[in-house]
Amino acid sequence: MEDQIRNILKEHGRLASDAATLADNADLYQAGMTSHSSVNVMLALEAEFDVEFPDRMLKRAVFGSVASIRAAIEELTAA
Amino acid sequence: MTVAMTYDSKALYDELVANKLIIPTSVKGVFGRGAVFEDVLFHLNSKISRIAENDGAEVMLFPPTLDRKVFEKSGYLKSFPHLAGVVFSFCGSEAQHQDLVCCLAEGKPWAHTQTMTDVVLTPAACYPVYPSFTGTAPEQGRLVDMQNWVFRHEPSSEPTRMQAFRIREFVRVGTPQMVVEWRDMWLARGIQLLRDLGLPAESDVAADPFFGRGGRMLAANQKAASLKFEVLVPIISKENPTACCSFNYHEDHFGSSFDIRTADGAVAHTACLGFGLERICMGLFKHHGCDPLTWPNDIRDLLWG
Repeated sequence: MEDQIRNILKEHGRLASDAATLADNADLYQAGMTSHSSVNVMLALEAEFDVEFPDRMLKRAVFGSVASIRAAIEELTAA
Repeated sequence: MTVAMTYDSKALYDELVANKLIIPTSVKGVFGRGAVFEDVLFHLNSKISRIAENDGAEVMLFPPTLDRKVFEKSGYLKSFPHLAGVVFSFCGSEAQHQDLVCCLAEGKPWAHTQTMTDVVLTPAACYPVYPSFTGTAPEQGRLVDMQNWVFRHEPSSEPTRMQAFRIREFVRVGTPQMVVEWRDMWLARGIQLLRDLGLPAESDVAADPFFGRGGRMLAANQKAASLKFEVLVPIISKENPTACCSFNYHEDHFGSSFDIRTADGAVAHTACLGFGLERICMGLFKHHGCDPLTWPNDIRDLLWG
């Protein structure tokens, strides 16, 4: 799952640093992700993991780090 | 005895029509304005000019059509594809003209005879100005005074939700501190003006109507960062008051899109604020009645004094 998330960040996140080596808790917005690129990341994650983020998850913090994205995906795929 | 104000969208629309303040058309959100409506709007706009008169803003007026390249560069279609109005025109041959005329006569679709032009309908009053800022701003930044008709494709029979309306707009360019201080000053001025006009105005943090599910995320981000404020007045609903002024801090969005820099070489930050002239007029008609001659003297003095 981790690799899939990092690949999506590499493709859609417009990060200034390498998505493969970013720390788990590194702030993706600090790393260069804009609001619009976070939307593209969100849509790519939904396609990759076949999930739909509920409204309560459509917020900045959920997509703020690799760790928080992983926690959200785990929650959605656990059911 | 004071009668409690009741709010009803259709009743207000009907009242505005009955008093010849607005002139209906067959298209939702598109109506004419009568003489009394225009008189109130003109004096309201003049009052805003008096509030701003010592700010030293440079006046720049643009037509309600915007260079399509500027529109594309602005990122509007990323956020609001559903609200945009792009201008198409006929650029064909005589034979294609015959096709167009035949389609019209037969009531058939004729969109295929139209070609995209170099212009769009201006979606927000400030958009035409940003290319003129490209380069380095002076030490004190820039301040521009604008007004324009803007277009939003959101047909509605609710009178305050128009497809075309006028905005009195100011735009600030400078360092983040300059821009935010200026925005906060105008937020206070906006609330004060509307309260002086006898309207129960309140400010609140707001979000733009971004498109789709991704848009919900953009809206949440915008709210969390307090980038947009509105001054709201109940006009058609007490629970959902109408935004009459909007204050938008763009951070470096337009600065980086149009290569605008501050005197120290950093990417400039920008903010704009707009007074929704028709909406404020409707607020005045709603709260004080459809005949301005009967409005309280202090409010008449403020506008016509």
